[in-house]
This record gives sequence, C-alpha cells and structure tokens, in this order.
Amino acid sequence: MPEPRGILTTVPRRFRVGSDPLDVAQLAASVTGPECGAVVTFVGAVRDHNSGRRVRYLEYEAFVPLAVKSFEQIAAEAAGRWPSVALAIHHRTGRLEVGEPSVAIAAASPHRADAFAVSRYAIERIKQISPIWKHEHFEGGEVWIEGATADPADEGARQAALARACS
Amino acid sequence: MLVTVRLFARLREIAGAPDIQLEVPTGSTAGHAWKSLAARYPGLEAYESSISCAVNEDYARMTAQLRDGDEIAFLPPVSGG
Repeated sequence: MPEPRGILTTVPRRFRVGSDPLDVAQLAASVTGPECGAVVTFVGAVRDHNSGRRVRYLEYEAFVPLAVKSFEQIAAEAAGRWPSVALAIHHRTGRLEVGEPSVAIAAASPHRADAFAVSRYAIERIKQISPIWKHEHFEGGEVWIEGATADPADEGARQAALARACS
Repeated sequence: MLVTVRLFARLREIAGAPDIQLEVPTGSTAGHAWKSLAARYPGLEAYESSISCAVNEDYARMTAQLRDGDEIAFLPPVSGG
C-alpha cells in the first residue's frame, strides 16, 4: 500500500511546550476539519496585576516531556467525555511580557457546545496537573506562584474541572 | 545505587542546582530520596506535604521503588496557564 506522501510531514504537533511564540491560527487549523462546525480557541495571557501586585513580567518554567504527556492525558480524558472533539494545546516557556500569550488551546467539534466545554476543561486541567510554573516579577520583588499539587490520579480534581467545563 | 534528582522552580532555587546525583540504599523509594534530599537542603522540608514526583518522566507515587540510574523529579505545586 503506498504511503500517504506529504500528509504526515505537514501535520503540526498538537501538544507542545517551548519558547516559540504561539500561533493560534495554526493551532486551530491543526484540529479542524470538514466535519467541524465549531472551533473554539482560548488564549491565556500575562496580566499586569496579581494579588495586589503590579506584575512586570513572568518567567515560565516547565518539565517539558512530562508537560507534553500531561496535555496528551488531558486530551485522552476529554475524548472519553466528548468523543467528537479534537484538541490541541501549546504552552510557552521563558520570559513573557505583560499582554503576551502564554498558553493557546484549540478545540474543534461538529457543534459548538462540545468545543466550548473541552477548551474550558483543558485549561482547568492544565492548571491542576501540568508541570509548569510561573515566576512572577513584580514591582518590588519576585515570587514563584504555587497553585495545585499535581496529581493526575486525583478524581476529585478531575470532577471539579468537569463541573466547571459543564457549567 | 545512584539516582538523578531533577528539581524545578522554587525547589531548584533552594537546592541551587537543577540536577543532583544522589546515592541512596538499594530498595529506596521516591519518598526516601526526598527525605535524603531534604536533609541535605533543609529549605526543602516545607514542601514535603505539597510536592509531586515523577520517575523517568512519568508521574509516580512517593512509594514508588527506585532503581539504579532512575531519574526522579520533584515538583512543587504547579501554576501553568
């Protein structure tokens, strides 16, 4: 059987963590297809304030191979609940200025409700289980932001993310 | 046996290095490696109840048995997004 030439080589990776700038249009293109009536993209960006502090910039650090695996797990979880949705996630590392995108999510499906739900589910799960950290540099100091203890097997956390996605 | 410990974010800063070679007794678990590390870098102790760990780039329990040459990562609470 002949190889499907030129197809595999042009499919962009759906799950990526690195210092390259995010390309939301390319991310959306990587998940959509003729059967999709909806493509939802979510972009998280660096905010100029946090907990009463004036944020100057953020530095993101990641355990890259495990972060990519966590994205794959999130996609597998989403596929279990919303089988018709295709998902892609890119997260940046390194120094990001106020206003710069730090994470981009694209979810495509035949109908909009599922695409909205999966994009919300993905960002909630990223915040729970992806080994990525913000080092916040604010006016007057710096601090590592520490949120959730990452535990992909924590069913309670997963249910909380599902509840937010379905609200 | 010798394992490689990888530390991230604040844990990396406390220890002053991203990678540390650690000699641990045969049969040690990830939790044993953490105790040994925290004894060397007392600033890590405060993280005992909030860390996660990964062995050879997969999430693992602190009760996971280590083997010679394993890479064990200790992760402070995450804050991506």
